[in-house]
Amino acid sequence: MAFISKKNPVDLIFSSITAIASFSVIIIIIGILYVLVSESSLATGRFGIIKFLASTDWNPVTESFGALTNIYGTIVTTFLSLLIAIPVAIGIAIFVTEVSPNFLKTPIGIAIELLAAIPSIIYGMWGLFTLSPIMANYVEPFLQKITAGIPLVSILFQGTPMGIDILTASIILSIMIIPFTASISRDSFNLTPAVVKESAYALGATKWEVVKNVVIPYSKLGVFGGIVLSLGRALGETMAVAFVLGNNHRITTSLLDAAATITVTLANEFAEADNDVYLSALFYLALVLFVMSFITLAIAKFFLLKAERKYSR
Amino acid sequence: MTREQIRKTEGFIALALSTFAAFLGLFWLVFILGDVLVHGLKALNLSLFLNDPSPPGTEGGGLRNAFVGQLMITIVATLIGVPIGVLGGTFLAEYARGRKIARLISVLSDIMVSVPSIVIGTFIYAILVRPIGHFNGWAGAVALAIIMIPVVLRTTENMLSLVPWTLREAAFALGAPYYKVITQVVYRGAAAGILTGILLSIARVAGETAPLLFTSFNNSFFSLDMKQPISSLTVTIFQYAMGPYDSWHEQAWAAAFVITIFILILTITGRLIIKWRYR
Repeated sequence: MAFISKKNPVDLIFSSITAIASFSVIIIIIGILYVLVSESSLATGRFGIIKFLASTDWNPVTESFGALTNIYGTIVTTFLSLLIAIPVAIGIAIFVTEVSPNFLKTPIGIAIELLAAIPSIIYGMWGLFTLSPIMANYVEPFLQKITAGIPLVSILFQGTPMGIDILTASIILSIMIIPFTASISRDSFNLTPAVVKESAYALGATKWEVVKNVVIPYSKLGVFGGIVLSLGRALGETMAVAFVLGNNHRITTSLLDAAATITVTLANEFAEADNDVYLSALFYLALVLFVMSFITLAIAKFFLLKAERKYSR
Repeated sequence: MTREQIRKTEGFIALALSTFAAFLGLFWLVFILGDVLVHGLKALNLSLFLNDPSPPGTEGGGLRNAFVGQLMITIVATLIGVPIGVLGGTFLAEYARGRKIARLISVLSDIMVSVPSIVIGTFIYAILVRPIGHFNGWAGAVALAIIMIPVVLRTTENMLSLVPWTLREAAFALGAPYYKVITQVVYRGAAAGILTGILLSIARVAGETAPLLFTSFNNSFFSLDMKQPISSLTVTIFQYAMGPYDSWHEQAWAAAFVITIFILILTITGRLIIKWRYR
């Protein structure tokens, strides 16, 4: 296999074209990084790095911008959605690999894949029209009622339940990432050698003990990689949260308040930014998001590759 | 309770919970799809496809401009993204097979698949919208193509790698140069798989909204001019759903219905091809 064959001129041309096509991925990544850095230079010059990341000020009128409210919103929604999604996703994976009768495995597998195929704007719109009223009328007042009087916890549910808030956005986000986490966990669980499981059964272990003590420890690298991958996806999700998060540049302690993530701010304000500093600050936000998600996804890929190598041995 | 009973109860509870989780997943799917079906079918009618939008707040009108615009953007994106993706995948699986550079590009592509699509929108805005001075359809198509490339590239690479090496050796032995082996032997062996990758990548970008928000933007009039802002279903859904009018909301549901059905059909077709070809 020659890297680029020199014997035949057509082959040389064809191989060069394919090489250029595949290097386009690297060119795009470098291009994105270069463009975002140079477009945000006005904002980086004026606000610096630490000051931009640590400031909660987001005021287009006075041209003073800080990213902390956006980063806070991004991290809180991502964290909450993972908190909801991980147990459900792992539960689904356990059900599909260990509990489910054979005739149910395929339908549930297909259902999970379809859930992953639905575009995020459908989730967002469904959240706005269907989930948000349910949250505002039933779920959120109920949560307020049961947490009332409990110190610290009740702070999380203060305010008027509007349905347009961090909690609703996180639930939609969690429904969106469940399929990713579930399918990677399922694939990892499936790689546990039958012999290992059978040995545990032979020692008298129950099905749950096999899952808990054999399957999960054996596949933890892959599952962890899947979780980090979902984390990276959740960080950059735009449309699923844009409908139901409001766009509120404040740090709030209540989950029933509107907030802003980096993506929501970009979606709502980018096309309307009317001066250079404002636009530059938005590019700066995009750069922060790009770096955050790129690093997260690279870590996920690292674990998944490590898991792959372990299982293929 | 004896120890055995405790162990059994614990196991029963844990597995019951996992069953519950699986049905929760099914419940969300049925809930969301059912909602889109019910609302969408109610709002679906022929004038949605044949008429352009009426002035805001007035009844009637359709989304012909958005359907046509979405189709144009998606087709152009496919025409740009698919050749680059397929050729790039060919390089990784054939000419650079097993080399470090091939591994690096695969890993980077996997990362690019999940990179926030809105960041790609801002990137295209800086290179294709601002220099031109206004939003345009080409920018939207290029943004979607950039999202497609890594998806197509990775599936092509995987599918080509599944073609047995001996098949290539047989063709080499007949004196065929490598490019002929690839185009006439390897591509034929992997055609079904590559086609599936293309279908799934179209399904992926057809539902993208974020990268179109500030590239192709939106246009309330019928336009075939890719040099001007052009309407797309997804951006229209965003605008209409967030808007104040009930007639807008209905049309947003109808558009959501059409796009969901389209994507699900593509996804299921892709799965069926894989099943029919590789099992």
